[in-house]
Amino acid sequence: MTVMETAPLEAAPSRAPLRDFRAALRRQPLMAIGLGIIVVLVLIAIFAPLIAPHPGDAGNVTHPTETLLKPGGSHLLGTDQLGRDVLTRVLYGARTSLLIVVVVLAISALIGVPLGIVAGATGGWIDDVIMRITDVFLAFPALLLALALATVLSPSAEHAALAIAVTWWPWYARLARGSALAIAQRGYVEAARALGVPRWKVLARHVLPNALPPTIVQLSLDAAGIMLTAAALSFLGLGAQDPTPEWGLMVNQGQGLLETNWWVAIVPGVAIIFAAVGFNLLGDGLRTLLDPKAGRRW
Amino acid sequence: MRRYLLRRLAQAVIVVLGVIVLTFVVARIVPGDPAVAYAGPHATPAALQQVRDEFGLDKPAIEQLGDYLKGTVTGDWGTALHTHRPVLDDLGNVIPPTLELVGIALLVSLLIGVPLGMLAARRGGGPDAGVRVGSMLSVSAPVFLLALTLQFVFSQKLGWFPVAGEYDPKLDYTHPLTVLTHLTVVDALITGNFAIFFSALAHLVLPVIAVAAYPTGVIAQMTRASLIEQLGEDHVRMARGLGYSERQIVRGLALRPALNPVVSVTALMFAYALVNTFLVESIFNWPGLGSYATASIQALDTPAIIGVTLFVALVYVISTLVVDVIQVWLDPRVSLS
Repeated sequence: MTVMETAPLEAAPSRAPLRDFRAALRRQPLMAIGLGIIVVLVLIAIFAPLIAPHPGDAGNVTHPTETLLKPGGSHLLGTDQLGRDVLTRVLYGARTSLLIVVVVLAISALIGVPLGIVAGATGGWIDDVIMRITDVFLAFPALLLALALATVLSPSAEHAALAIAVTWWPWYARLARGSALAIAQRGYVEAARALGVPRWKVLARHVLPNALPPTIVQLSLDAAGIMLTAAALSFLGLGAQDPTPEWGLMVNQGQGLLETNWWVAIVPGVAIIFAAVGFNLLGDGLRTLLDPKAGRRW
Repeated sequence: MRRYLLRRLAQAVIVVLGVIVLTFVVARIVPGDPAVAYAGPHATPAALQQVRDEFGLDKPAIEQLGDYLKGTVTGDWGTALHTHRPVLDDLGNVIPPTLELVGIALLVSLLIGVPLGMLAARRGGGPDAGVRVGSMLSVSAPVFLLALTLQFVFSQKLGWFPVAGEYDPKLDYTHPLTVLTHLTVVDALITGNFAIFFSALAHLVLPVIAVAAYPTGVIAQMTRASLIEQLGEDHVRMARGLGYSERQIVRGLALRPALNPVVSVTALMFAYALVNTFLVESIFNWPGLGSYATASIQALDTPAIIGVTLFVALVYVISTLVVDVIQVWLDPRVSLS
């Protein structure tokens, strides 16, 4: 957006980042909550096999005699229509969701940031070409490209992640371009150029490190949106496929059972909201940290 | 100003051309023979050849791209495989119900979001905390879960609103609707068909809430942040010192500049809501663009999918163009480079 391009964020120089971070957490309890939620999610994702009560239920199994059991007993959050433990599948679902988020963010940043920096720091026709390509991809809604990809390739979590990444990287290209534009005019960059430092070295050594902080903030702000998009794709049947434990897919599988067996859809639904709230709080906190003027959103 | 507009317009045209080429590439990499998809699996070799000749499938790719570009610009978006009708005709039928849903939803989110944001910015304390928590939850909740929950609670459990559809189909026999604009609510109102009008309104309530939730949160939050910023400006402090009331200051000085970013975000929300609607449509069985897209996907109907993609991309390009123009118009300080 134009607003971002005209006013790139700038990192405040800091000598003790860790201490500053702790102080920031004290100042911003909401960010601390967000960080807490994400840490819990990551721990769940890593240790899912250890904490899940029925680890086997995350895979390709059915228990025809235990279908749609009410929450309680050995199935704290009940079972689904195939008799699989809902708690187990929700815990494993954290793996799928976090993995998709990380993959999408990594691909988008790896494509977008270098392109944006080259565009912003070089200018001229290279800038024009890169930004028009960016605009074309920006015009493609992630959901629709995923629909198209799902018809071309088969629907799966990987292809959904690919589709989201293809439509997500332009935002980082725009953001990095804005930062690079501002940084390229700084004295030290001009000095490096005047000294005859090769262009790619100026980009890598001076422009890139300074363009990263705003990008990192944007990555954390975007995580919730990516997770929701991935869940939406799975819900439509265009993302992860059974038996992959994925929250959006689980809501889809439980949508006809709200009347009789609410837990099948509601438990994974709450997990999605929980994770999205965590990402949103953390991202907003980081943004305030980097750019106190912008003010908190929540 | 005029030079800026022309340049921006030229950019938009280039982007649209890029979008068309990209959709063509996507369509080309779909596996399978499009001739077989059109003529059916039991077609004779002669029939297949006829289809290939008719659609120019034997020509080199670059020539096909040329035909495709020409067709897209001149209004020939191909034939949908699953309806055997021109894609543009199909789109003409399914876009109005979606526009109806999205348009009303955005109107609702502006009417609720802006006052809520103003309330939060001016009062602080409890209302502020409430608005902040509410807007955060509304952007964190998946739209399909919201739609499912609304449908379950308010139509299946409480029976306050109809479960699905655009209006009661039985009314087609007793009160047939004269189609003018394809916007059911508008058509029913113009022709005085109040049975369908009220039925359509009742059917709209839940889907509109589901589509409006996310934009309402974003708009409330943006209005709040933007108004707080404006109320801290020097000229506002000056006006306060001169003894103007807070109400006069908000009305006369702060609100208009504060709404500038809100207007922009609303235009972008339009393209976003258009896609979000797909999920809501599939849950409420709304006969719009989303249902058409879903049906096209299930039928592996490439021309139809490409048509939907192209349309949404066009809406996005036009929305961003409008945003840029509005921004320059509202705030001359926005750089024209």
